[in-house]
Amino acid sequence: METSTVVSSPSLLLALLIPLIGSIGVMLNGKNENRREAISSIASVILLAIVCSLIPSVLAGKTLKLTMFQLLPGVSVTLRADAMSMIFALVASSLWTIAVYYSMGYMRTLHEHAQTRFNACFALAIFGAIGVAFSDNLFTMYLFYEIVSICTYPLVAHHQDEEGYSGARKYIVYLTTTAKALLLPALILIYVLTGTLDFPTNIKTGIFPADANHALVTLLYIFCLCGFAKNGIMPFHHWLPGAMVAPTPVSALLHAVAVVKVGVFCTTRTMLYVFGVDTMDALNLGIPTAYFVGFTIIMASVIALSKDNLKSRLAYSTVSQLSYIIMGVALLTPNGIEGGLIHIVNHAFSKITLFFCAGAIYVAAHKKFISELDGLGKTMPFTFAAFAIASLSMIGAPPVAGFITKWDLLVGSIQANQIGILLILITSTMLNAAYFAPITYRAFFGKRPATEPFTGIKEAPLSMLIPILIACTISVLIGIFPNFMLQFVKAVIG
Amino acid sequence: MEQLLIHTGPPVLSILIFLPLIAVIPLLFTANDNFARKWTLVVTSVAALYSLRLLSGFDRTTSAFQFCEKHTWIEALNINYVIGLDGISILLVLLTTLIMPFCVLASWTYISKRVRAFMVCLLVMESAMIGVFVALDFLLFYVFWEAMLIPMYLIIGIWGGPRKIYASIKFFLYTLAGSVLLLVAIIWLFVQNGYSFFIPDMMWQNYGFTSQLLVFLTFFLAFAIKVPMFPFHTWLPAAHVEAPTAGSVILASVLLKMGTYGFLRFALPITPDATVYLAPAILWLSIAGIIYGGFTALAQSDMKKLIAYSSVGHMGFVTLGIFVLNQEGVEGSILQMINHGVTTGALFLCVGMIYERTHSRELRSATGVGKYMPWFVTFLTFFSLSSFAFPGTNSFVGEFMILAGAFSFEVGQGKFPYLALAAIPGAVLAAAYMLRMLQKIIWGGTDNPDQSWIKDINKREIITLAPFLLFVFWIGLAPQGFLNLMHASVANLLSQFAAHSAQGVTTVGQLLP
Repeated sequence: METSTVVSSPSLLLALLIPLIGSIGVMLNGKNENRREAISSIASVILLAIVCSLIPSVLAGKTLKLTMFQLLPGVSVTLRADAMSMIFALVASSLWTIAVYYSMGYMRTLHEHAQTRFNACFALAIFGAIGVAFSDNLFTMYLFYEIVSICTYPLVAHHQDEEGYSGARKYIVYLTTTAKALLLPALILIYVLTGTLDFPTNIKTGIFPADANHALVTLLYIFCLCGFAKNGIMPFHHWLPGAMVAPTPVSALLHAVAVVKVGVFCTTRTMLYVFGVDTMDALNLGIPTAYFVGFTIIMASVIALSKDNLKSRLAYSTVSQLSYIIMGVALLTPNGIEGGLIHIVNHAFSKITLFFCAGAIYVAAHKKFISELDGLGKTMPFTFAAFAIASLSMIGAPPVAGFITKWDLLVGSIQANQIGILLILITSTMLNAAYFAPITYRAFFGKRPATEPFTGIKEAPLSMLIPILIACTISVLIGIFPNFMLQFVKAVIG
Repeated sequence: MEQLLIHTGPPVLSILIFLPLIAVIPLLFTANDNFARKWTLVVTSVAALYSLRLLSGFDRTTSAFQFCEKHTWIEALNINYVIGLDGISILLVLLTTLIMPFCVLASWTYISKRVRAFMVCLLVMESAMIGVFVALDFLLFYVFWEAMLIPMYLIIGIWGGPRKIYASIKFFLYTLAGSVLLLVAIIWLFVQNGYSFFIPDMMWQNYGFTSQLLVFLTFFLAFAIKVPMFPFHTWLPAAHVEAPTAGSVILASVLLKMGTYGFLRFALPITPDATVYLAPAILWLSIAGIIYGGFTALAQSDMKKLIAYSSVGHMGFVTLGIFVLNQEGVEGSILQMINHGVTTGALFLCVGMIYERTHSRELRSATGVGKYMPWFVTFLTFFSLSSFAFPGTNSFVGEFMILAGAFSFEVGQGKFPYLALAAIPGAVLAAAYMLRMLQKIIWGGTDNPDQSWIKDINKREIITLAPFLLFVFWIGLAPQGFLNLMHASVANLLSQFAAHSAQGVTTVGQLLP
């Protein structure tokens, strides 16, 4: 990667602007719902096309860059597309295309209010996520990270009832407090110590001079790790279950993909490109981080076991799975980093399938609780089949995507000689099975209560079912053919 | 010694000072309120456009005073009419001239009684404010400084809210208390400098430490009240709350800046040793203001009070940046003065617009207007984001530079950055109180009052707010053009300061003879 050539590319700006323009288009066409949603879906397709058009150059080892604003020396709003950005940009843009159709089905079937605001904010959140994916320095990343926080507030508060407001309040308090209290000083102190906020083009060196004060660098590392609270590390994870009051498409795209992935992407980007593998090694930051997030992996799984509300269980599962990503990178071994980064992709496709299914179940049967799902699998076979496959991915069983992650992480922990991490991974796999398997079991083999026959319940509408099946199919495909995404990850590791 | 670049050609600064003053005359002979409004708008707009000449003629490479004019005024006392402009004051002058037309627009319907008198006050105010920023003769400065008091006193006292008398007297007494001792210091400096009030001659004179300390304390009292620094701030919420919108905007955007401008123009160059000696105390006082302002703002239910207390916090950042005494800090402070002028001014305009509709400043009565006032809340959202230093907006750049200055101030000395980290909770609180206000106004809760009758802002109001938004993003994304104006002057100020102050002095004993 060191030899990569830097090319200026205006397509980056276009990719960034498409969701923004889409959002403005949605706001201006609020009265006409067909036109409004056509704009969303066209924007999503164009975005995907632009992101895909960047693939050849990035795979050829080029780094695409575009400086938009120079604020101070070393502080600028600059976009960059490299292998790591492509991992996240591809996930976010491809899932947006699916989610647009899904939310159309969901929102219209339930006759939700304020759909214009919903669609506009949805597009704005993608704007932020794409900005994070394509940021070339900490400042740009921080800027778009904050944009995501602000633009998703209306989505979380969507229902405008007591529950919605309190969930949204918790959401914004957690996210802005950590960003202001930890990220802001970290950003400024890094600038003071190094004179720049730009990412280097390799994951080894980082930006700190060799003689930087170790205690300060360690402090900054902790600030960054906890400051990107969207990564769901305990004890800063409470916003995530709280945000589940949002309509399910929001939970699906934002709280399984865009928002939380913005968090882990920022965290791992900072670990690899600001601190760098060498500094992390020298200051012994990696393994303690792995154990620290290991606690989150286990605890969140245990809490998930206790949740009867399907979305809550999925939320805690997300908290747990996000830490896999950070743990993998923190191991600092090639397989560890590979497993961590590829899990950004694997988890996204599988978890969005699970959330889509939860939404479909709610729309078709108005069921929110796992204990009410007995026998529902026979009425909604496709939904629950997709759910079953995606949960296999969460558990890490072949041939679904999650297996690739588990494999890499296990190898990575052995490379790092960390038996403790290995045990955490095995325990968590068992816990994953323990909280996902009963759902599928109940749905297909559970006995329908005599008092409550499922009369009149059909499969969810096609506009929801098709996205579910697409997402599920991709989860399987990237499990069988992992190389397409792995080539980006391998390019990052170099 | 600072040199003066005497301006040839039309006396731009004098025109800017006296144009509004002369424009008062027609207002004295008319009974037509509408004419008064339009006339004042035209005059202030002309002054604003004319002031842009300063930008094209300003030499960014020198720290000398530019556009200087010098005329003898009172020969017997050696009082001269000397005015000039450098990188520290140019942006403040432009801020003043550019903000005035919007103050007129904001008073278009808000002020319905004694319109002409109000417009006269605005025009006199403008003259005095520009005068303060460009005066290079200390007595001339003092004249302008005191001249501001009267129109402001009237603006609050006549067109203010229910407790206007209390607020205006408090404002008047506080400011006067500060400036009385300032006059003593001015006279002492006058005597010390061979009976001259010429400010550049007073700078970098290495006065004895005890004298410096005393002079600094009088400066401090005058300027700290004006800023206002904690604990001298109590006049501000009262004045802001009672003042009409235009009064609040002028107060927040321009008047508060005079305190911090005073520190930069007088305290640092005239009393460098005392500045070094007292800087730690002032830095921690700034931190106290940042935190106190934040917490108090969080507790307010009155929108104007909320913004007033937020000003205490924001101005705490400005004094923090000044007294870390390095390039980032001081430049960040000057930029933050402008940012605060833009953002807080705009926020007061927004609150004024709500007040004109609901006739209440209570947050409670403005909850949930978002649905009915989409344009208004769009503006309000951006200004609120700017107020809590959202990245990409103007205040972020200022706060970033100030905190970078504060961090390097301590890290550079090999210390742990306690000071800078202590300011961080202020940034968190700013997000908390602004988002709280924003949430309540846009969304409210489940028991909002019926707001369906409320009308969105009209074209005049959009035109009033739009330029502020432009500056929010302009400074936020391309601050270099603004910073370039001040580089030379700030660099000169700091290098002179380093040469003339006994750096590293920690006890009085080290300085006393």
